[in-house]
Amino acid sequence: MRHPGQLDVRIDSKIFRSADGAATQVLCGLGFTLSPGSFTCLIGPSGCGKTTTLRIVLGLDRDFAGKVTLSPPGLRMAAVFQEPRLLPWRTVEQNVRLALPPEEQGPGAAPDLDALFAVLGLKDLRARYPDELSVGLARRVALARAFAVMPDLLLLDEPFVSLDEHIADRLRHHLLQLWQARAATVLMVTHNVREAARLADRLLLLNGRPARLVGDVAVPVARAARGSEALGRFLDDLTREFPETVLA
Amino acid sequence: MAGSDAAGAFRLPLRLLSILGFLALWALAAVLADRAEVPGPLEVLDFLTREAADGQLFYHLAITLARVAAAFLIAMFIGTAVGVMMGQHRRLDRLLDPWVILMLNLPALVVIVLCYIWIGLTEAAAVTAVALNKIPNVVVTLREGAKALDPRLMEMAQVFRFSRLRLLRHVILPQLFPFIAAAGRSGLALIWKIVLVVELLGRSNGVGFQIHLYFQLFDVAAILGYALAFVCVMLCIEYIVVQPLETHLNRWRPGAASRAA
Repeated sequence: MRHPGQLDVRIDSKIFRSADGAATQVLCGLGFTLSPGSFTCLIGPSGCGKTTTLRIVLGLDRDFAGKVTLSPPGLRMAAVFQEPRLLPWRTVEQNVRLALPPEEQGPGAAPDLDALFAVLGLKDLRARYPDELSVGLARRVALARAFAVMPDLLLLDEPFVSLDEHIADRLRHHLLQLWQARAATVLMVTHNVREAARLADRLLLLNGRPARLVGDVAVPVARAARGSEALGRFLDDLTREFPETVLA
Repeated sequence: MAGSDAAGAFRLPLRLLSILGFLALWALAAVLADRAEVPGPLEVLDFLTREAADGQLFYHLAITLARVAAAFLIAMFIGTAVGVMMGQHRRLDRLLDPWVILMLNLPALVVIVLCYIWIGLTEAAAVTAVALNKIPNVVVTLREGAKALDPRLMEMAQVFRFSRLRLLRHVILPQLFPFIAAAGRSGLALIWKIVLVVELLGRSNGVGFQIHLYFQLFDVAAILGYALAFVCVMLCIEYIVVQPLETHLNRWRPGAASRAA
């Protein structure tokens, strides 16, 4: 039995240098801990450093002051990037299978992906190449890839942007299912506050230049009741308390 | 699609017509020149059938082809490895760049002569000399390829913990393939020409040696016969190996199916 990971993030400072040598501090004194199995959304206006934070957590950007600890070490990680980032020369199914950990690569050990492809509406597209797909379909393949890994820690960067609302809703539902079945720790970046409030246990609000945490709010509405007015009231309160972050 | 189908139907006769036209022009020139040193196509064909009948032709073609293959594989392998490393590490690029420029501009003849002097009149020297002539071209092409690698896909592979082998096979090589193909295409043509010089200078078999022999006998029909025979071999490699391989490796590109048809 695997256990979801705990993630400790402490970013004291992240500085970008432009080509002409000018330094801009984009993140400052940003710290949070994600408890195992929690679902957290990172919210903030576009360009405030959400994606940079995610890249630091993913280990793709090591040029920062601070420390990111994932415990226990050696956990399975998966990410859904803003763009699908599929290998254009591999089929949909190969793209998903290539991301699986080595112990699940062998023909006998490979997990059955039928159910996953069926839920995401990709059943008939397994043998297609990514360039033959629409952007929305390619995004679904990227989600399938992340879900297939059955990660302990799942990081998503605006995964439902540019999908039509009906499909986005289905994928959100599937994300929640996966999160519950797997007990994964999830961190999702979004600027859609309604989406965040519907999915997450906890909202981290990021704003300012350099960006810092301006709010850390637990969503007080039970998941079963999130279709109702209770969620609306919570969103109203949130907007009153953090107008600059939520309305941006 | 109708337009490209029509073009496809015309392709073969047009190509055949072009070859026939070339042969006709050649025959006419031979008749007009009316000299022993300008043989017509039929004399060359006559030489080729005689040479093929006693096995000489295939023996020398095979020897030359083996040298081309060996030099080609060595040059592509080393050139790709060095080129990719230079494309990925800027310091190494700066360090080795003057060497590459030096090698690119060193005349093929100098490299061949030096290899024969230093290594000896051996097969190894011959193949090394040819490979050394080709390696810098491969390095320059593959360096561009490695610079063009998509960092977003590399990051994806890093997050999903691709092993080195999986990264190479599924992420890096497919991106390098157009550059490898370009280097290989130009390389094959260059290499067989250099192999002939190497054979002429220091080997006792192969197409280059035969051409040298018939040059001393002033037998132009034989010289043209061997040259054309080897061109035919290279054409066969292009149509039977290179082009089908390219179609297969490009199958993921949109519209690849219609281009292949």
